[in-house]
Amino acid sequence: MQHVQKRIGERWVLSDVSVVLGAGRALAVLGPNGAGKSTLLRVAAGLWSPSGGMVYRFGRRGTPDHTASDPRVGLVGHQSFLYPALTALENLMVYGRLYGLSRPKVKAEAALERFGLRWSANEPLKTFSRGMKQRLSLARAWLSDPELLLLDEPFSGLDLEGQELLTGWLAEHRRRGGAQLLITHSVEEALKVGDAVAILMRGRLVWWGSRDAADEDGLRVRYREWLSKGGIGSFASFGSS
Amino acid sequence: MAQQGRHRFIRKFWVIVGKDLLLELRTKDTWVGMLAFVVMVIFLFAFAFGTDRSQVRQTFSGILWLAFLFAGILGVGRTYHHEMPEEALVGLMLAPGERTWIVVAKMSVAFCFMFGLELVASPLFFILLNQPWTGRWAAYLAALALGAWGFVGVGTLLSALAANVRSGEALLPLLLVPLEIPVLITAVEATRAILATPPGNPWGWLEGLLAYDVIFLALPLVLYDYLWEV
Repeated sequence: MQHVQKRIGERWVLSDVSVVLGAGRALAVLGPNGAGKSTLLRVAAGLWSPSGGMVYRFGRRGTPDHTASDPRVGLVGHQSFLYPALTALENLMVYGRLYGLSRPKVKAEAALERFGLRWSANEPLKTFSRGMKQRLSLARAWLSDPELLLLDEPFSGLDLEGQELLTGWLAEHRRRGGAQLLITHSVEEALKVGDAVAILMRGRLVWWGSRDAADEDGLRVRYREWLSKGGIGSFASFGSS
Repeated sequence: MAQQGRHRFIRKFWVIVGKDLLLELRTKDTWVGMLAFVVMVIFLFAFAFGTDRSQVRQTFSGILWLAFLFAGILGVGRTYHHEMPEEALVGLMLAPGERTWIVVAKMSVAFCFMFGLELVASPLFFILLNQPWTGRWAAYLAALALGAWGFVGVGTLLSALAANVRSGEALLPLLLVPLEIPVLITAVEATRAILATPPGNPWGWLEGLLAYDVIFLALPLVLYDYLWEV
């Protein structure tokens, strides 16, 4: 992304954001509520076109009208992008077919197995808890084996086992050359996943550095400093101790 | 490569159509509601007119399309109903293939529901309102199909808009009915000509309906790209 700007209504949600993400690398973006993190992911995914600047994916500029999607991009958002009336297996089979997978049922069952949902394959999504929905959302993203993975607070709602499954998948994905852009509120999660960490405040990347250059306490202090300079999040909702 | 690309696009269309039909089969919350509304209208008019066949004859095509219009509003209003709770539209947009195929698939499913309803409800109208069949099947089916297509073209576009705004369900008929007036007038007049004794010439009206359909098919395809970011 080069000098990307995004205006929604009268408000500039992103201002001059530049991010380069190489193969096998992960960038974690920290920021308070309303900083523009989710918008950054939507622009990166090609769901929204930028109001200014350029977005390149896999070395190619995104289409100006954004009418076609790139199957190499996977997105895990706040919502699961699934259908409450369909079962877990049916939901994954719909996505398997959309992505043109051969033997979508076998792949869908493998995805359910991978994220510990095999036992609830035939249960409708509407009966799932928040954590189970999140696992199924991860299974949906895993199914298409994306090269670029965009994750919006992927740990939220997951139990300890779910968090370990996610961390394991992300590490394996990076080892195989995948790139990851992770959005989070948590310094701990940012350092667990990201090779590099950036802080987004009011639509601007105000600080970035490699994981090696920032220990958890140091990053937490730095993040607090930026929040006190103009973030709209409160210290009370910040971090995990 | 081009062949592969075309298959990919067609695949997106068929997967969405299949998924929507499966959801309808599972929930039965669109078609059953539409059919129940139409049956209720038929019974109300049947009781209101009694056995006065000539009075019904004058207004038959109007009653028919009035019922189809409001049942259709119920149907198209739910076009994106299953996508809303978990933002599944985002998943469809991210899947390979042009986003236009989402629109075409949604329109096609809405057309199937509307046309299917018309086919099932038409015999009920004739039987319960005590009207003998005097028209031509081909022309009548053409009027039903063209009327349905004209309706769902704009209907699915406005349904996408309504789904994204507060009180959208109340807003949809207010926006949709004025835009559908040309379709309704031509459909009613074509049906009247088809069912008249002696039969009139419906083809002029059907050509007009076809012209509106082309416009109402092109309009959503052009405007949908702007809608994705709403």
